[in-house]
Amino acid sequence: MQHDRHRCKCVTQSVVTSLDISRLAALSIAAVVIIVGVPLWWRTTETYRAWLPVSQIKDLAKLQLHLSADVEVVFARGTVTPEQQKKVPLTQTQDEEHAVDGDLLVQFIILRLQNMKPYRTATIMEEDALKKPTAAEADLSLHMLSESPCGSLVVYVIPESSSLLPEDVNVYIGQRRTALVRISAQMRVGKTLEQLLAQLEPRIKQVLQVMSFSHTDITVALSDRVRFRPGNKESIADSMRAFKSSPGYEITFSLLNPDPKSHQLHWDIEGAVQTYIQPLLTKLSPLANFSIDSQTLYYTMLGVTPRFDSSLEAYTLNADSLAHVINPVEARLGSNAASSNPVLNFLLYVPDIRHSPLYIHDHRKQEVPSNAFHSPRWGGIMVYNVNGFYGSETEFPVHVNINMAKVMGVFLAQLRLLLGVQSLSPPPGFLVAPCGSTGLADWELDRLMWSRSVENIATATTTITSLAQLLDQIGNIVINDNIAQQVSSAVTSLQLAMAELEVGNLGFALQYSKEAILASEKAFFDPSLLHLLYFPDDQKFAIYIPLFLPMCVPILLSMLKIVSEVRQRRREKQAKKE
Amino acid sequence: AEWIHRFSLPTCPLLAVLHNENTNFIRIIVSIAGQFFSSGHTNNWAVLVCTSRFWFNYRHVANTLSVYRSVKRLGIPDSHIVLMLADDMACNHRNPKPATVFSHKNMELNVYGDDVEVDYRGYEVTVENFLRVLTGRLPPSTPRSKRLLSDDRSNILIYLTGHGGNGFLKFQDSEEISNVELADAFEQMWQKRRYNELLFIIDTCQGASMYERFYSPNIMALASSQVGEDSLSHQPDLAIGVHLMDRYTFYMLEFLEDIHPASKTNMNDLFKVCPKSQCVSTPGHRTDLFLRDPGSVLITDFFGSVRKVELTMDAINLTDPIKQMEENPVNGEEQKEVYSYADQLPVSEIIHQKPKQKDWHPPDGFILGLWTLILLVFFKTYGIKHLKHIF
Repeated sequence: MQHDRHRCKCVTQSVVTSLDISRLAALSIAAVVIIVGVPLWWRTTETYRAWLPVSQIKDLAKLQLHLSADVEVVFARGTVTPEQQKKVPLTQTQDEEHAVDGDLLVQFIILRLQNMKPYRTATIMEEDALKKPTAAEADLSLHMLSESPCGSLVVYVIPESSSLLPEDVNVYIGQRRTALVRISAQMRVGKTLEQLLAQLEPRIKQVLQVMSFSHTDITVALSDRVRFRPGNKESIADSMRAFKSSPGYEITFSLLNPDPKSHQLHWDIEGAVQTYIQPLLTKLSPLANFSIDSQTLYYTMLGVTPRFDSSLEAYTLNADSLAHVINPVEARLGSNAASSNPVLNFLLYVPDIRHSPLYIHDHRKQEVPSNAFHSPRWGGIMVYNVNGFYGSETEFPVHVNINMAKVMGVFLAQLRLLLGVQSLSPPPGFLVAPCGSTGLADWELDRLMWSRSVENIATATTTITSLAQLLDQIGNIVINDNIAQQVSSAVTSLQLAMAELEVGNLGFALQYSKEAILASEKAFFDPSLLHLLYFPDDQKFAIYIPLFLPMCVPILLSMLKIVSEVRQRRREKQAKKE
Repeated sequence: AEWIHRFSLPTCPLLAVLHNENTNFIRIIVSIAGQFFSSGHTNNWAVLVCTSRFWFNYRHVANTLSVYRSVKRLGIPDSHIVLMLADDMACNHRNPKPATVFSHKNMELNVYGDDVEVDYRGYEVTVENFLRVLTGRLPPSTPRSKRLLSDDRSNILIYLTGHGGNGFLKFQDSEEISNVELADAFEQMWQKRRYNELLFIIDTCQGASMYERFYSPNIMALASSQVGEDSLSHQPDLAIGVHLMDRYTFYMLEFLEDIHPASKTNMNDLFKVCPKSQCVSTPGHRTDLFLRDPGSVLITDFFGSVRKVELTMDAINLTDPIKQMEENPVNGEEQKEVYSYADQLPVSEIIHQKPKQKDWHPPDGFILGLWTLILLVFFKTYGIKHLKHIF
């Protein structure tokens, strides 16, 4: 009997130890799975996301633009008395703060428009220049003396005795960055300096409204980022007409000849572009790159039948039908396949002999002097009549040399409008000098640069903030190093651009804003950011269950078995105790 | 205000800004019901996608081509249309009338005319390419005709057709796009201001599920059927042997044939197209995200391309004579670059090519199953008792 008991004990002991070993095995497998397996799976299925400067981007979202322009006010002789001259203050700054409601991403846009005004009296050379017979010549000689940097203005205050300006004109705005303001006798006689300055203040403000930025301009430049406020319809029409800021533009000049049998047209487009258009584009080169090409299209009709007007003995196109002219023609115009820059099309249409001459009439049935029309964000079309070149016995085809000066004058005007040079109606009493042969006055260029910089900064900020939000929301997108680098460089350029705007360096501000927008667009439109990794939760379960469930079920069941055995043993022990 | 009414002509869909600096001319903005400012768009784009392939899905290609034809007729040029056709029906071997795609039985109307410009064809029509076109994330080598170069003043028409289900649309019989992905793509377009207003039309089974998840502003959506309903096809042609069109698109086309570029029909009429008696399914629409009232939205705002036109009142007086271009003296030794074609079939390279390195993939289901079988057999032969401890 004792042997049996001894054997029993051995058997039970070996049974217990094998149970122990299996329990140990199950526990160790579970430990390996949890401690090693789960972190390994997590790391290997993680997407690579490079670091982005999220806090800086959040700061950018509260866009605060400080724009400042230098305005120098120079008193000519005869405007201030010698005692007042000594007391002329050195500078005076004027701040205007506006809060503009942004949209959800770029919350608040605060504009501070600052004008620093140093006052001084005119130098001898400037006095000489102001003694010229006409305002245009005075403007030219003042420009020869000193050239103002871009963004700044000089206002010369001249006495009422000066003969530069005609009778009813009080302010002359020159082609460059100078303005002449005439003060009347009652403004200065017997007034203290403060009163004189106070009276001058609104006049100078008006000049600034015309020649430099104003609150409405900047709001219009931000028009797609701010809440649509249907206040100023004109400015909205202006913003819809001009092309959006882009690093480059393509300009195409096309000559449409629907009737080559009758007209043999010759246009010196290369020379005309070189003489008339290129100076403007060179002046605009800080804003964007321009590429020009030209073509001639034969047998292209307008697509709209003009009506014959017997009183004028001519064919007319009225303004309503103009809208349908562009679409049939557009199919024939080519475009550069390689670039995605916006295209400005300028078409010169010479009507065929059966519909010659052709005039464009406005809504009141009056002839449009330029015989041309333009379409917002597309280009312009001009109709050129050549019926003056032949009589009834001429031999066809008639050789015609197109007068490029007239044609380019119209195209240049249309180009200005399409690029955003707004032609304002100046306040009464103002005389604005016609823009020079380049087609753009310096202060118009400054205005364009202000609105472009602001537009670029606003667009780049919104792009960066929306990109950051997008990458935050969708956790599955891989952020490569080059994208992170583009984002960082965009943020740096934006900060630099805003700093330069605050100081008033317009040229640098525009350059930095262009870099910012290029970098932000590159980062946003990078092909690798495509989000095709949308997995709804039930699909995620469907993928992982067949892989992990067969492995996990034995482990779980053995764990449960161990736990239940331990509990049972404890209960037995407790039962034994009692 | 009275001036405006007196001077506006009854059918005047455009804006003319009269501007004269010399006289005290007040700017008169002539429009019809403020059309210029209410629509706010200056150009139109269209993205037309047919997502199914195989000969028996002829009707989807015919649908897309019919919409393409209407859109072109109403004025949108090819440069502003992105047409994606997943299969070529006109030159399919089973087409008894090659180079044609008909949309009416008895072969009345060939919608595959002479100037069809397909931008994405065949296997290029994938979910990835479609989303890339919408969001603009195309590789830099993509030509202009394959891009959607819209800006913040573009009205875009997006038309999808094919086979769909509750919340998805099938592409090429092998992949699908879900309604969440589409809504996210539209949100990205809105963030980047790639559209002014968007009209989304879908003609598939359970089409209404595709627009349920949109959340970006200024989107109007139409679908041919509600969730749980099937969109049915219209009529088979016995000579060609397949159904030629889907019902919803067929009746929509009849409606569009009456529209010309100057017509004033609005969206409420489009919503009434194809009632249940004709379509068997119930077409649906969604306008809550759209800011304007659908009654004031013209059909030509999306399907046509009516340009806004302004008369040019100013001209610049140019007085300089044209500079004569300097003639470059022609040198005998002028360097000329010699161009030649690259070798079209580099045989030597092909022969000596090394096999491409394939990425390692983890073993798929078959291999895993095989190993499981082997392990079970092992346990069976060498002792089931090891398994008993687990089960």
